[in-house]
Amino acid sequence: MEPDELPTPDAIRPPGGPAGSAAGGAAGPATGNPVAEAVAGGTGGRPGHGEPVLEIRGLVKHFPLTRGILFRKQVGAVKAVDGVSFDLHRGETLGIVGESGCGKSTVAKLLVGLERPTAGQIRYRGEDITKLSGRALKAVRRNIQMVFQDPYTSLNPRMTVGDIIGEPYDIHPEVAPKGDRRRRVQELLDVVGLNPEYLNRYPHQFSGGQRQRIGIARGLALRPEIIVADEPVSALDVSVQAQVVNLLERLQNTFDLSYVFIAHDLSVVRHISDRVAVMYLGRLAESGTDEQIYDHPTHPYTQALLSAVPVPDPEARESRTRILLTGDVPSPADPPSGCRFRTRCWKAQELCAEQVPPLEVPPRFATPDAGPAAHPSACHFAEERQVVPGE
Amino acid sequence: MGIVDSPPGYVTGGEIRFRGRDLLTLGREERRRVRGTGMAMIFQDALSALNPVMSVGAQLGEMFQVHRGMSRKAARAEAVELMDRVKIPAAASRVGDYPHQFSGGMRQRIMIAMALALEPDLIIADEPTTALDVTVQAQVMDLLAELQREYHMGLILITHDLGVVADVADTIAVMYAGRIVETAPVHHLYRAPAHPYTRGLLDSIPRLDHKGQELYAIKGLPPNLTAIPPGCPFHPRCPLAQDICRSERPPLHDVAPGRTSACHFWKETLDGAR
Ligand SMILES: Nc1ncnc2c1ncn2[C@@H]1O[C@H](COP(=O)(O)OP(=O)(O)OP(=O)(O)O)[C@@H](O)[C@H]1O
Ligand code: SF4
Ligand code: SF4
Ligand SMILES: [Mg+2]
Repeated sequence: MEPDELPTPDAIRPPGGPAGSAAGGAAGPATGNPVAEAVAGGTGGRPGHGEPVLEIRGLVKHFPLTRGILFRKQVGAVKAVDGVSFDLHRGETLGIVGESGCGKSTVAKLLVGLERPTAGQIRYRGEDITKLSGRALKAVRRNIQMVFQDPYTSLNPRMTVGDIIGEPYDIHPEVAPKGDRRRRVQELLDVVGLNPEYLNRYPHQFSGGQRQRIGIARGLALRPEIIVADEPVSALDVSVQAQVVNLLERLQNTFDLSYVFIAHDLSVVRHISDRVAVMYLGRLAESGTDEQIYDHPTHPYTQALLSAVPVPDPEARESRTRILLTGDVPSPADPPSGCRFRTRCWKAQELCAEQVPPLEVPPRFATPDAGPAAHPSACHFAEERQVVPGE
Repeated sequence: MGIVDSPPGYVTGGEIRFRGRDLLTLGREERRRVRGTGMAMIFQDALSALNPVMSVGAQLGEMFQVHRGMSRKAARAEAVELMDRVKIPAAASRVGDYPHQFSGGMRQRIMIAMALALEPDLIIADEPTTALDVTVQAQVMDLLAELQREYHMGLILITHDLGVVADVADTIAVMYAGRIVETAPVHHLYRAPAHPYTRGLLDSIPRLDHKGQELYAIKGLPPNLTAIPPGCPFHPRCPLAQDICRSERPPLHDVAPGRTSACHFWKETLDGAR
C-alpha cells in the first residue's frame, strides 16, 4: 500500500511550483509591527526554505454573543482569535499547538477562507487576501487547501470516492478538463497510497486511515502550495498514525508543499514541524524552531504544557518534575486583562495584569550569546527552564 | 463488572476471580453488591456516564443512601467532603450544580469521586483522561495516583496512550484483536518488548525529547473483529511472520518471571529481531 517512490502525475503541482520566487520582495516591506518582525525573523526554517508564502498579521476573529429571539442584541463576543501573527515559509511545516478551545481550528478556517476575519491581514505572496473577492479570491483560494480532523464526518457518505476527490474540479474546472478527471483522480489515489481502482467505492468501505488518505487526496486535487491540516491524525488508531504522518512528509518533499499543522499532540507536532507556535486563549504565547520550543522553552505556559505530556518511558517517571497548573482556562468571551495566562501562572505579578506582554524576543535574551533561548516569547518574566527529560 | 449488555454482548466463557470468587457465577443480586463496593468503574466520557438531570451532589449522595443507608442530610455532607477530596474548588457551594455546569476535567474528577464513594478495593478506569487536555490530564492522573496510594486500591487502567501507562502502571498487558498478547512489568516492556506488536507500537510513536527520523509504521490495518485472521491474529502485519504463524495460534509463553508473550518467535523478538 505504501508507494516507496511517488510518481509526479499531472494532477499535482511539480516540485518548485510555478510562482517561483515572485514574492521574494514581498517579505521586505517593514510592517512597523515589532511583534510581526520578531516572529518573522530569528526563528529560521529548515535550511533552504525560501520566502514566506503566508504572512499573518494581527489576525482577529470574534464571534458575536447574542441574546433575545425577536430582537437579537449583541451582548459580547467570543474572542476566539485575538491578534495572531506568524509567517509560513515555502516548503516548511509550522506546527500550532494549544489546548482545546484556544482557537486553533478558527485560525485554520480563517486561513482557508471558511471564516472571515474580524480584523488583520492574511498576505499570500505579498497580497492581503482578506481584501479580495470574486474571481481573484477564488484563484488564491485554490492554493490554500485544508485537511480536516475527522475522516468519519468530513467525507460525504453518499458520494463515491471519485466524486469526493474530484469535487474541487467543479469549482475550478480550469485545473482539470472534464474528460481528464477520472485519470487525475486515479493518480491522486495512487499518490496517497490507495488502489486507483477504488474510485467507485463509498467512504464507509474504508478504514479511518484510508479515509484520511482520501481527505488528503482531495486536498491535493487543485495542486495547492499550502495545506492547512487541522488535527489530521488525532482520530486515527495509534498503529496507523505513523503511516499518515509519513505520507504527509513524503508528499511535502515531493511537491514542495508548505504545511500549517495543527494538533494538540505535542510529540507529533515536534516530529513533523520545522517551527512551532504555542497558542493560549486566542493568542500566541511562544514561537520558535522545534528545538527552541521543546528544549529551551521560556514561556511558563509552554513549560507547563510540555511538562504535562506523558512520555512513553517509565525510566523518566522519577526524574521528571510536573508543573501542575491550577484552575481552568478562562472563557474566551471574558479573557483576563494583560497576560491571558496570568490567572493560572505561578509567576504572575501586578505588571502581568496591567500590560499585555508582546510576542518578541525577551530583552534579556536579545544578546548575541543567548543561544536558543532567543526566540519570541510573550512573557514579561521569560526565563529558560528545561522540562522535557533526556538530552 | 457484569455490565456488558446482553444482547449484544455475551460473556461466552472464562472466569473472573475477585478475592477468590468467580464473579461470573454470582447471582444478579450478589453481583450488584460487589459492584460499587468491591470495585468501581471510571469511564472515558463523564458527561454521558453522569445523569444530566440530577445534581452531582444528589448523585453522589444517592450512593451513600442506597449502599450505606445514610440519611439524605448525612449523604449530602459526605458528598461535599468527597468533592473536596477530588479538589473541586468551593465544593459546598457547587454540590447542587448539574454535570453540564462543570468543565471536562471537573466532571472527570466528579466521576472519580463517584467511584471512590464506597471505598472500593479496585478501580477500573477506561480511558479516563482521553477526552481531556494534557494539563488537565496531568491533574486528573495525579489525583488518581494520590488517591490510589491513600486508599490502597488496585487500579486497572485501560488506555491506548503508551505515555500514560508508562507514568502510572506497575504491570502492563498489551491487547490485540481481543486477546492479551504480552504482559510484563512496565520497565521490562518498554526496554525490551517480547511481542512484535508491542515493539511496533513503541517504535511508531513520535518522541517529545528529540525529533527523530521517519517513523516506523506498522503496515496494514487493525483487524476487523468479525474476521480475525487464523493462526496468530497479528500475522498479516508482522515483519517476523513465518508459515507457522499463519496456521498455529501462539500460546501465551512464559518468557521470564512475570512476563508472557503470545508469539512463536518471542525469543527472537526479545533479542531485537524485526
Ligand atoms: N462559530 C462559532 N461561534 C461561536 N463561537 C465559536 C465558533 N467557533 C468557535 N467558537 C469558539 O471559539 C473558541 C475557539 O474555538 P476553536 O474551535 O478554534 O478551538 P480549538 O483550539 O480548535 O479547540 P479544539 O482543540 O477543541 O479543537 C472556542 O471557545 C469556541 O467555542
Ligand atoms: S507575563 Fe506574567 S502572567 Fe504572563 S506568563 Fe509571564 S509571568 Fe506569567
Ligand atoms: S506469532 Fe508470528 S506473526 Fe504472530 S507476532 Fe509472533 S512472529 Fe509475528
Ligand atoms: Mg479544533
